[in-house]
Amino acid sequence: MAKPSDLDVTYVARLARINLTEVEAKVFQKQLDDVLQYVEKLGQADISDVEPAAHALPIFNVFREDAPRDWFTAKQALSNAPRKANGLFIVPKVVE
Amino acid sequence: MTAQDLPALSIADLQLLLRRREVSPREVIDALRARIEVVDGDIGAYLSLDMDAATNEADKANVDLPLGGIPLAIKDIISVMGQPCTCASKILQGYRATYDATVIRKLRAAGAIPFGKTNLDEFAMGSSTENSALKLTRNPWDLSRVPGGSSGGSAAAVAADAAFGALGTDTGGSIRQPAALSGIVGLKPTYGRVSRFGLVAFASSLDQIGPLTKTVRDAALIMNAIAGHDPQDTTALNEPAPDYAARLGNDLRGVRLGLPKEYLIEGIDPQVRAAMNAAVKQMNSLGAEIVEVSLPTTEYAIAVYYILATAEASANLARFDGVRYGYRAENPKDMLDLYGRTREEGFGPEVKRRIILGTYVLSSGYYDAYYLRAQKVRELIRQDFASAFEKVEALISPTSPVPAFTLGERVADPLQMYLADIFTIAANLAGICGISVPCGFAEVDGQRLPIGLQLLGKALDEARILQIAHAYEQSTDWHKARPPIATAMPKA
Repeated sequence: MAKPSDLDVTYVARLARINLTEVEAKVFQKQLDDVLQYVEKLGQADISDVEPAAHALPIFNVFREDAPRDWFTAKQALSNAPRKANGLFIVPKVVE
Repeated sequence: MTAQDLPALSIADLQLLLRRREVSPREVIDALRARIEVVDGDIGAYLSLDMDAATNEADKANVDLPLGGIPLAIKDIISVMGQPCTCASKILQGYRATYDATVIRKLRAAGAIPFGKTNLDEFAMGSSTENSALKLTRNPWDLSRVPGGSSGGSAAAVAADAAFGALGTDTGGSIRQPAALSGIVGLKPTYGRVSRFGLVAFASSLDQIGPLTKTVRDAALIMNAIAGHDPQDTTALNEPAPDYAARLGNDLRGVRLGLPKEYLIEGIDPQVRAAMNAAVKQMNSLGAEIVEVSLPTTEYAIAVYYILATAEASANLARFDGVRYGYRAENPKDMLDLYGRTREEGFGPEVKRRIILGTYVLSSGYYDAYYLRAQKVRELIRQDFASAFEKVEALISPTSPVPAFTLGERVADPLQMYLADIFTIAANLAGICGISVPCGFAEVDGQRLPIGLQLLGKALDEARILQIAHAYEQSTDWHKARPPIATAMPKA
């Protein structure tokens, strides 16, 4: 297993798009190092010849008819938007 | 029966009065509203109430439907059209659901009235409801203690007679543990038994919606309404749901129950252990045969859970980016700034910790060591339960190793908080069903604190564990006990 110290909270938080204060990063680093230290015990489990369980119960290939039905309108979809105009979500400019 | 006594009724008893036209749905709503006004200032179970809409629905209610005219509280992570759905997070403050979750649609079809949304740990991440960014919920038995979590608002509301019953969600024990700590019944159905459509996802392979109620029969009545297939949730099992209430009886003759030897850990409170031993004896006297079983992978369950649940959460919570709904940071200078600050300001510490951990265990170079390994150990855990259920029909344990702890006691140490989930967490990993039922009280600092007994059943065997729990419950008086606040009178 990887060493708990491999976790760089500041770096991973950036990947997860969460800004952290220095104080927060320091506290989380300690707390998550503890958790990672704890999960090291999984290294002791004998997992040779075990297939990973993606789901608890074996359900595969679930399909339904691709039929149109009533759903909420564009207006409802936009009803919770922090900023909107002309039926669109407004965000900061992405392309210069 | 005066209006003031109505909120103490079970759903089954209320149903009788409604059907005999001895009370009207309107009188029920009014009595409930009055009760909430008396107790919820102290308890803090509700995040929002929509009593006017509920009153309108009550006036139109058909009391001959299975849950006709019964008001139910809903954990504020399940979508009820037009009502807030905050997930107890700042990031969803002001958000209003634009559709009904399948469980809400089914409850309405059965005549129930979803009137209010209950507090929870933010995005259901926690075991005490202290991770709510919006409100503190207190245990009705002792206001200095937590109600458990994450469905703590639902549990506290039902325990304080401020709800006849409630829906919660259980990802690692979030229905069963607060039910135990608050002295009520909580059922986590089999993964896929109840549709998750309209539930804000935390860990999609573990989350399951279920009832929190005053009695086992009430849990069965709610299950009758919400269980079943849903084409809008591909994981909802396409299996017919039985009538859960029809099979409840008082006899345990011929039932084989297993005591997992790995669950007899140090760290179980002596009063919890004594209550469980007494419950086992009681079930034995009702005819059940008790045998020891082994779940050798028990020691890995919490580690597996905190890898898989955080991994899934990191993906699920990516949708909260300040673009389409919810909170957005002010004056973002570009998209990265918008995402980074929205999530910094919108999420609380536990949610951030879990997203970071989940992102890490899925990241390149660590995926095999953490995520894939955890998936494999999960399979071993599933196999352990499968072997145990070849020998017995249900497993018995305490629901929580300790009674309700005091507010603030465990906040600073997330790992210690996680370790308290030891008896509930494996059921979610294995996808099986479980129920917590009151089995006694601990005396702590002069206060009576409820203790819960957990019964775990194999996949889709809800009817069986309800039956066993009911037989046990009916042979005791524990479920009749009410916290002091439930008898509180309106303040003069």
